[in-house]
Amino acid sequence: MNFDTAMFHSAFFEEAADLLEDLEGLLLRLEKSPDDLELLNTIFRCAHSIKGGSATFGFADLAQFTHGLETLLDLMRNGQLKISKTISQLLLESRDQMRALLAVARGEESTAPDSAPLTARIHEQIESVNGTSDISAITEEPVIIEETAITAATKVYRLKFVPGPDILRRGIDPRQMINQIRESGELISIICDTSRLPSIEEIDPESSYLGWEIIFRTEWEEAQILDIFEFIEDESEIVLTIEPADFIPVIIQEVSAAAETIRAETSNSLNLDSAPLSAAKPTPPQPAAATPTSGGKNSDTQTLRVATDKVDKLINLVGELIINQSMLNEVISDFSMAKLPRLIEAVAEMERASRDLQERVMAVRMLPIKYAFGRFPRLVHDLSVACGKKIELKTVGEDTELDKTVIEVVTDPLTHLVRNSIDHALETPEERRAAGKPEMGTITLNAFHEGGNIVIEVSDDGRGLNRERILQKAIDRGLISENDAPPADDILYNYIFHPGFSTAKEVTDLSGRGVGMDIVKRAVQALGGSISLNTVPGKGTRFRIKLPLTMAILEGLSLSVGEEVYILPLTSIVESIRPKLGDVRLVAGQGEIVLMRGEVLPILRLYQVFGSTAQFTDPTKALLVIVENDGRKVALLVDELIGQSQVVIKSLETNYRKVNGIAGATILGDGRVALILDVPGLIHTDRLGGASFAEAA
Amino acid sequence: MSKTALIVDDSSSMRQMVGFTLKGAGFQVIEGVDGQDALTKLKEVPGGKVDIIITDLNMPIMDGLTFIKQARSLPACKFTPILMLTTESGDNRKAEGKAAGATGWIVKPFHPEQMLKVIEKVLPS
Repeated sequence: MNFDTAMFHSAFFEEAADLLEDLEGLLLRLEKSPDDLELLNTIFRCAHSIKGGSATFGFADLAQFTHGLETLLDLMRNGQLKISKTISQLLLESRDQMRALLAVARGEESTAPDSAPLTARIHEQIESVNGTSDISAITEEPVIIEETAITAATKVYRLKFVPGPDILRRGIDPRQMINQIRESGELISIICDTSRLPSIEEIDPESSYLGWEIIFRTEWEEAQILDIFEFIEDESEIVLTIEPADFIPVIIQEVSAAAETIRAETSNSLNLDSAPLSAAKPTPPQPAAATPTSGGKNSDTQTLRVATDKVDKLINLVGELIINQSMLNEVISDFSMAKLPRLIEAVAEMERASRDLQERVMAVRMLPIKYAFGRFPRLVHDLSVACGKKIELKTVGEDTELDKTVIEVVTDPLTHLVRNSIDHALETPEERRAAGKPEMGTITLNAFHEGGNIVIEVSDDGRGLNRERILQKAIDRGLISENDAPPADDILYNYIFHPGFSTAKEVTDLSGRGVGMDIVKRAVQALGGSISLNTVPGKGTRFRIKLPLTMAILEGLSLSVGEEVYILPLTSIVESIRPKLGDVRLVAGQGEIVLMRGEVLPILRLYQVFGSTAQFTDPTKALLVIVENDGRKVALLVDELIGQSQVVIKSLETNYRKVNGIAGATILGDGRVALILDVPGLIHTDRLGGASFAEAA
Repeated sequence: MSKTALIVDDSSSMRQMVGFTLKGAGFQVIEGVDGQDALTKLKEVPGGKVDIIITDLNMPIMDGLTFIKQARSLPACKFTPILMLTTESGDNRKAEGKAAGATGWIVKPFHPEQMLKVIEKVLPS
């Protein structure tokens, strides 16, 4: 069997990335509890695993670097080296270096920073304890021991083999070794030495008392023969000598079956001498050419780790579907109306199973949000040091699951919010003390489910948003007029989501570079979510991101306009009404509106928006579906509602192009294509004066 | 009947590689993620007996040496070949392993073929 270890590379990469992720958190914890030995052991194990794996799979740079780090950690867990700020920093930087080296191994990066400076610092620390920085060299890449083609002449060997008494208890069977000798060539004679057997009363059946003298002819070299005894060479007597090639043994007592009967003979009675120790050391095997394990290009398929129980449930459901299918086959094979109830039952059963299956398959893509939260402890640690603030990070609901894609995309906006909190919201320890707050500021990340959504909150106990400054900025930017009455708080605070709206007095390293909250808002909206905030001066600010659980399936309401069927995301629907004649009015500057319990809602005629024809153009005969996004409501004029269903979102852009007001398409049960309406887009249209997309296109 | 091997390693990539190699050589493979887990898995095997055990040393919860000792104390595993995987080629580790009851060792990094050779060496055919 011959294969390349490359096929396990992606498993190793993923594992190493996880370990490095863990390592970061562990190192940060170590700063707080430097005396936690268990923690140090775990940290050591992380480094050890990465070293072992990278050496096995042939990533020499990573293995070599980690080896030094491992040595350092070993000194620490043995209590020879105490953790200090310097060492803690060194460990964190080393962890980053490992990640860089891993990225190179993965082929994600072409080069990594030079390891030499860090290695030098690691060695410096090791030297401070050991007096020398000589660390045992790491075993190089694995080598394949080539079977050297043996064409050499055969030799006759005499082997004296007295295994140590304990070998049976280590699961070693001397027969196995004698068999290997036998297979090496031609067995000339074998003599069993029973002289060490004790009396039957004293015998321990689990000890080995026998010895053998074996004369055999083989092409094997000495080292190869001695290698058979590698695991017992220290405690056994193994003497190998070469006899003249024409050696003819003087056979005293041939025990050819000795090998097969050792166990039985163990119960013979004789005296036991302690076995003399004179093991011949085998020479190490000749290293062959290094294995061609390329660390460079490897097709890095995106992998997803799924808990086994999730997969088991899927398999169960598939089993159910197959049973359903055979049920259906059976019913249909010679169908008569008498079988109709059974057909209905079978179809209902099938529907249940496929819906279950769908849910479970979606669950496969779900990951706990700790994958997104995981990067923040380090971020907070580094930034709090950089700005001289004391900050504690709390995470709640880390096991809340959401779609992998959502996790990947939401990480950046979250990072932005956390950076903002550290840079702007939280005060310096002095300021906090003066304000009667604890010096240690807190940032809390909280994730939880709410209805069909997931909510992620980023809150801090800092100074809160500065109302005056936001108002001033909004006036400066012409968002509101100075003469107007100042808007309500919630509207005012929402201005921070406007492009280019940064209230930071000066640009700092962390934020305030004009790339502001508008980016965050856009990213969240791209995920079909929304963001809101809540702030109390002097007490803190809380940002609340609301996201759909998954992006691939949508709970929607299908509705018809003329011949067309559209899908509205259920989460955006407030209610649907058939207005009375007096409630619909034309208002100058605002167009058509409907009055609903005192609220004025603009009407958007979908057939006008998409340039199609409708069955009803009179609102009192048609239906108005009220939709909401971001607190803004619009009434959509449609013909009728068809029903609620889950639809699979198909991207329009990948197949056609982006169309305003349309979020995507889906295929209906009858095979027709229906367009999924983009509610935020539609509401935006209304603000543009209800211009028709059809005309624009 | 195919032979059964128990692999104990906390690293899933190592388990994958060792497992793949052994399956290729005709073994049935059982995996344990640490010593404790391996003991549990061992008890679930009919007769509590496998043909060979290959274990890492550095593992959380229960390390390899403790696992070897515990496994050796089980009647079914008294004479089972147990190989340990170690990155340290030093004699100390080997002596500790022997004292715990390990049959032999495979020094990491190793090539799958080297591992099969060592198994051949200790596994009665």
